[in-house]
Amino acid sequence: MPMSLWQYANPVKFMALSAKVLPWVTGLTVLTLVTGLIWGFFFTPGAVNFGTSVKIIYIHVPSAMMAINIWIMMLVTSLVWLIRRHHVSVLAAKSAALIGLTMTIIALITGMIWGQPMWGTYWAWDPRLTSFLVLFLFYLGYMALWAAVENPDTAADLTSVLCMVGSVFALLSRYAVNFWNQGLHQGASLSLDKEENVSDVYFQPLLLCLAGFVLLFVTLLLIRTRSEVRRRRVQALEMRERMADG
Amino acid sequence: MIALLIRDMRLSIRAGGGFGLGLAFFLIVTVLVPFGVGPDTAILTRIAPGILWIGALLACLLSLDRVFQLDFEDGTLDLLATAPMPMEGAVMVKALVHWLVTGLPLTLAAPLLATLLHLGAEGKFWLFVTLLIGTPALSMIGTFGAALTVGLKRGGLLLSLLVLPLYVPTLIFGAEAARRGSEGMAVTTPLLMLAGITAGAVALLPFASAAAIRINLR
Amino acid sequence: MVELGKYAGAVMSAYGLSLLALALLTLVSWLQSRKTKAALDAAQARRDARKAE
Repeated sequence: MPMSLWQYANPVKFMALSAKVLPWVTGLTVLTLVTGLIWGFFFTPGAVNFGTSVKIIYIHVPSAMMAINIWIMMLVTSLVWLIRRHHVSVLAAKSAALIGLTMTIIALITGMIWGQPMWGTYWAWDPRLTSFLVLFLFYLGYMALWAAVENPDTAADLTSVLCMVGSVFALLSRYAVNFWNQGLHQGASLSLDKEENVSDVYFQPLLLCLAGFVLLFVTLLLIRTRSEVRRRRVQALEMRERMADG
Repeated sequence: MIALLIRDMRLSIRAGGGFGLGLAFFLIVTVLVPFGVGPDTAILTRIAPGILWIGALLACLLSLDRVFQLDFEDGTLDLLATAPMPMEGAVMVKALVHWLVTGLPLTLAAPLLATLLHLGAEGKFWLFVTLLIGTPALSMIGTFGAALTVGLKRGGLLLSLLVLPLYVPTLIFGAEAARRGSEGMAVTTPLLMLAGITAGAVALLPFASAAAIRINLR
Repeated sequence: MVELGKYAGAVMSAYGLSLLALALLTLVSWLQSRKTKAALDAAQARRDARKAE
């Protein structure tokens, strides 16, 4: 039998593999995140225009990137569920939602705290801030639908459809908001090829923090998906018990 | 399909609920706004397009849970699922009926209510046009939300939570076009975007709504 | 300790709140994991007991 990624969609294989991988990923996460944040917090100088407030970037930028990427990951795994009916896939999407929601909240809060000294206000209807607020609502709706539908397979299907439609509308909202109000945010500061971008002093710890947030997401995702798989298993066992009892 | 349309129209008008209730809600919201923000004519004129758009949107939302609920309870929806007509068609009809009994009356009433908020003649015209173009999208999107929550017992609040974020682009472009129109600025871009959203919603969302209905009926 | 100057409040609260949020998320995930593991073990034990009968 050819080896393929799909074999890990089998719950049993997923549980076996994730149990083996989890300690390593956890260790790596702690190492990367702690190093990155300590480097960023203690060992970077203040920037010309931003002063020491630039240190917020080490949380703000990674969390904002994760908030968007997690939604994209949910879209992909939802599609995999709709097409190939792998339970692990949709359970991963379900598990990712709360992490994405937390990342969105962190990005919003750090943005607001940073906005106060920089722009003189906690909140401005800046396109990016507004888009994140809308993204926050999308995460809430997705999770609320999961919580409301009792049958797990129906919930999986409905939330996957919602995730697809929601993605289109989230993208539309992004353009609508851009059109509606030009922003205060500085443009791209992270692309690797441009000379005038953030200098190495800030960039290296930032990369480490980005890696740390990605690893943190993977760790939490594995933990949460394992919980969901177990929960399904318990439900199946209880169903069998009830049937045996007649 | 026509038969279904006629049946649904007759039912929703006879039941009276959505038809009158949405309009009454729209009227009340519009009347309440000056109490909230004060009677200053200049301010009211400025915020009128946005307020009327939000009022129409909320009035639309109010009647959404009735789109499928009755048919689900008395089993008509199961019949529709096995009928020769594709579910996509049935969903289209449902959305159309919802628009005819809420979106269209709201659009017609909006210029009248705009008088209460001191909106000028040009502003009223653009408000009417944007609502005419935008409310079908609201009905289509709302029908999708109703399809997702059709089997749920307390779906009302969840329905709002699911539908309101989806309304964001429509509201932004619609209200922006109406505002620009009332201030005598160019409206082409937001108007085109609004029309694009409506066209896209009408073309694609019936498939998603029909899929949601099928999942819920399984 | 690093000198944060006039932005001390902003930087500290941003780090503090963010780390708190991440800690809460981790805690919730870990507790859920423990709970589901216990539930699964219990369910499997019941099943095995049944088989043994």
